[in-house]
Amino acid sequence: MTAPTTPNDGLISPDLPVLTRKDFVTDQEVRWCPGCGDYSILAQMQKMLPDLGVPREQIVFISGIGCSSRFPYYVNTYGFHSIHGRAPTIATGLKTARPELKVFVITGDGDGLSIGGNHLLHAMRRNIDLTIVLFNNRIYGLTKGQYSPTSEFGKITKSSPYGTTERPLNPIRIALAAGATFVARSVDRDTKHLEEMLYLAAKHRGVSFVEVYQNCNIFNDGAFAAFAEKEVRADRMIYLEHGKPLRFGKENQHGIRLNGFTPEIVENAATDDGLLVHDAHAENITLANILVGMDYPDFPVPIGVFRDVDAPTFDQLVQQQVEEAMARGKGSLEAALRTGETWVVE
Amino acid sequence: MTTEAQLKPEHQIEELERVTIRFAGDSGDGMQLTGTQFTRTAAVFGNDLATLPDFPAEIRAPAGSLPGVSGFQISFASTEIYTPGDRPDVLVAMNPAALKTNLGDLKPGGLLIVDKDEFEPTNLKKAAYETNPLEDGSLNGYQVVPISITRQNELALEGLPLSAKDKFRCRNFYALGLVLWLYGRTLDTTIKWATEQFKRRPDILEANLRALRAGYNFGETTELFRVQYRVPPAKVPPGVYRHISGNEATALGFVAASVLSGLPLFYASYPITPASDILHELSKLKNFGIKTFQAEDEIAAIGAAIGAAYGGHLGLTGTSGPGLALKSEALNLAVMTELPIVVIDVQRAGPSTGMPTKTEQADLLQAMFGRNGDSYVAIVAPCTPSDCFYMAIEAFRIALKYMVPVVFLSDGYLGNGSEPWRIPDISELPKIEWHYAEPQEGKFNPYRRDPKTLARPWAVPGQRGLEHRIGGLEKSGETGDISYDPRNHHEMTLARKGKVERIVQDIPPLEVTGPEEGDLLVLGWGGTYGSITSACDNARKRGLSVASAHLRYLNPFPANLGDVLKRYRKVLIPELNTGQLALLIRGRFLIDAIPFNKISGQPFKIAEIEGKIDEVLGLRDEYVLEFTRSAGVSGG
Repeated sequence: MTAPTTPNDGLISPDLPVLTRKDFVTDQEVRWCPGCGDYSILAQMQKMLPDLGVPREQIVFISGIGCSSRFPYYVNTYGFHSIHGRAPTIATGLKTARPELKVFVITGDGDGLSIGGNHLLHAMRRNIDLTIVLFNNRIYGLTKGQYSPTSEFGKITKSSPYGTTERPLNPIRIALAAGATFVARSVDRDTKHLEEMLYLAAKHRGVSFVEVYQNCNIFNDGAFAAFAEKEVRADRMIYLEHGKPLRFGKENQHGIRLNGFTPEIVENAATDDGLLVHDAHAENITLANILVGMDYPDFPVPIGVFRDVDAPTFDQLVQQQVEEAMARGKGSLEAALRTGETWVVE
Repeated sequence: MTTEAQLKPEHQIEELERVTIRFAGDSGDGMQLTGTQFTRTAAVFGNDLATLPDFPAEIRAPAGSLPGVSGFQISFASTEIYTPGDRPDVLVAMNPAALKTNLGDLKPGGLLIVDKDEFEPTNLKKAAYETNPLEDGSLNGYQVVPISITRQNELALEGLPLSAKDKFRCRNFYALGLVLWLYGRTLDTTIKWATEQFKRRPDILEANLRALRAGYNFGETTELFRVQYRVPPAKVPPGVYRHISGNEATALGFVAASVLSGLPLFYASYPITPASDILHELSKLKNFGIKTFQAEDEIAAIGAAIGAAYGGHLGLTGTSGPGLALKSEALNLAVMTELPIVVIDVQRAGPSTGMPTKTEQADLLQAMFGRNGDSYVAIVAPCTPSDCFYMAIEAFRIALKYMVPVVFLSDGYLGNGSEPWRIPDISELPKIEWHYAEPQEGKFNPYRRDPKTLARPWAVPGQRGLEHRIGGLEKSGETGDISYDPRNHHEMTLARKGKVERIVQDIPPLEVTGPEEGDLLVLGWGGTYGSITSACDNARKRGLSVASAHLRYLNPFPANLGDVLKRYRKVLIPELNTGQLALLIRGRFLIDAIPFNKISGQPFKIAEIEGKIDEVLGLRDEYVLEFTRSAGVSGG
């Protein structure tokens, strides 16, 4: 017997059937609350998946616990709904064992940043080839409305009737600090942008982290409405594009420039001169960190790709060490049992 | 054999069946290495042997202090032995602290070799001696041989371009050389080892070899020793032998499981004493296709093992007690998703951090019950260092056949202890059967069970047509979809339990050593095998009707256990815990098993079990354990 790395080696024919969105829909009734932002994320994911050109059986969705983590039941691929906060660990084991698979991690602000914060950090610093999608609704939905690690300071919730006394985490800042090689943000309401971000993240080789601002219409309705609604979006969000100056507004008339390390809005900037130009491929994360500090209402909220750089992936490096060791001579159990000093008893 | 001692006529030779030596010194004195080297020599010579390393948790406690004492005990014999010996015949004490913490174990009249140069005021004070024990008559009950080891070692290394500190560090080889001489051993094994070990440091090699020879020659020329001892080789089955520790055997056993199954091994672990050696061993063996993963924590380690098992590989994680506690939620995920992972628990002493370098077998109930809900896992427990090899294979054989998590309960005594091992032929090893799910008509149900084993199909990502979703939520046995149906949950719980119970059809019956029925059965599990077996042997030699049996499968128990228990008037269960197996046996078989418990971080002495046997058989009054101070314990 030989060690199978792909159990169906040879089964994947080069003339793959062309998959459509419907191929990624399961027979399960979707049970999110009507109006939940999760529906949009699911729809954009199912629309995007056929474009990856990866056979359905080679795709795995792994989730933790929470509303977002029901996601795998609704995507017709391999799926694993695990335990609270631990999806990155299971994904790490799977991807390290089976680097040829396309592995997604679906998590939320509580799952990924509170109970599972440690695992998220380490998955990102290792640059393991996972696509991590964090649904950020700034609330605990499945447990019915407690504040989360991304809830605004002072927020009144069931568990903070006098307002929270905690400062929120910024997921993008965490991803940048942990060394994630692809970091992006999108929002449930901007479906086209969301689909594009999911696609770019899935195509990235290495860890990709996408924060999706997601409305919880039951426990945190309108969490992002102030800047994400269609009518105000152009003025209150800024779309990051690599190599382009930072501009926003209905007529794209305003810009962003730096004053020292502090960003400033330039209203009605006639030319691009002096405007900050986005560099998503910079190794240095200083610029990305400045951008992530921009928030509504002082600034338009940046969405798009903050960072996109190449680096060796954990799973490939591990695989490479194994292959190199095996190339030097495959292990023999007989020989391994006889390591060290042996003696013969007649 | 080139350096066989040419004995001077004044040394008499005395033949012994068994000798137990303890080397004790400061943590920086290299006592573990000294013990290991003596062990290798004894092993290659053909003695049966068992070892007990005993070291403090502190990496470097203050030099010369009581908490800094490190010890290594080896028992070697010309007959089959099962334990590292109750009390040493010989104690080598490299400083006053080592003497103080170990003297209580030395046999009355035992040989005491001390480095007298170290018995100076500063060290005596560190060891809390008010007077010098070498001079105050307190050692009168022993054969004391005070030797100027430090000074003689210095003289032997004179002229070498090494620092005084580096020279001092060679003292252990001086002591080793001396003890090798005392037992008529050659220096060959040690020279060979050192030559390999220090091949890039010829100066260190030269110094160590000089020290080794100086110690050896001192034995030969001094008149301090009237007798030189011989322990002939043991009569053991023919074959190729090696020396192996429990953790090495565990690592190799899992390598063997990978080779025997043809599935790649994925080992995820977080550093923890005393399990880290398994991670170190497996990390070296990438040429077997093994992938190792040092996770960010215990939870990530088991999560990754589950991920690898989900991917169709051998998912393995290893830890010690506190780590098993952290893994329990994820272990339950493996129970619920019915994935074949193995969790190694090299048990250590105490709740919480406890005593990390000391042994205990107190995680049995944690392995059995330490999870929410009705949660069943299989449990196996090796009984000797080399048995770790075979039980590792068993763990995956069971896991894959029944699609069930298996807990492998080793302990610090087994993991760090060592013995000679007859290397098996690969063809002697069991087959490990497994198969991935077959594509089927209609919707794939990942919970459709095999009628014989109740195992669910192992469908792994990459298999076309078997896309499915699993998770920690209860699933319908009919469809594999999430289900809150009352009857379904009842039946699925019973199926998960029943699956573990059915493993009984695949494990060997419990073997009994001694009479098939009689007055007393001594039942044990795990690392107490050696002490129990020896104690029962001794009891039978004294004409008592005492049998012993040792459980290597703890969940499920072997099929014949109930019958075996019924054949004896009394059942004694010695354990290094407060009675965990006894609780299970009493609950399951409704028998009045007598627990015998020791929770000191140290293994059972044979004499302790014999004492309890005598009490149970009415041959003496109540047997009460006595506790001696031991190396590394004094730090509290």
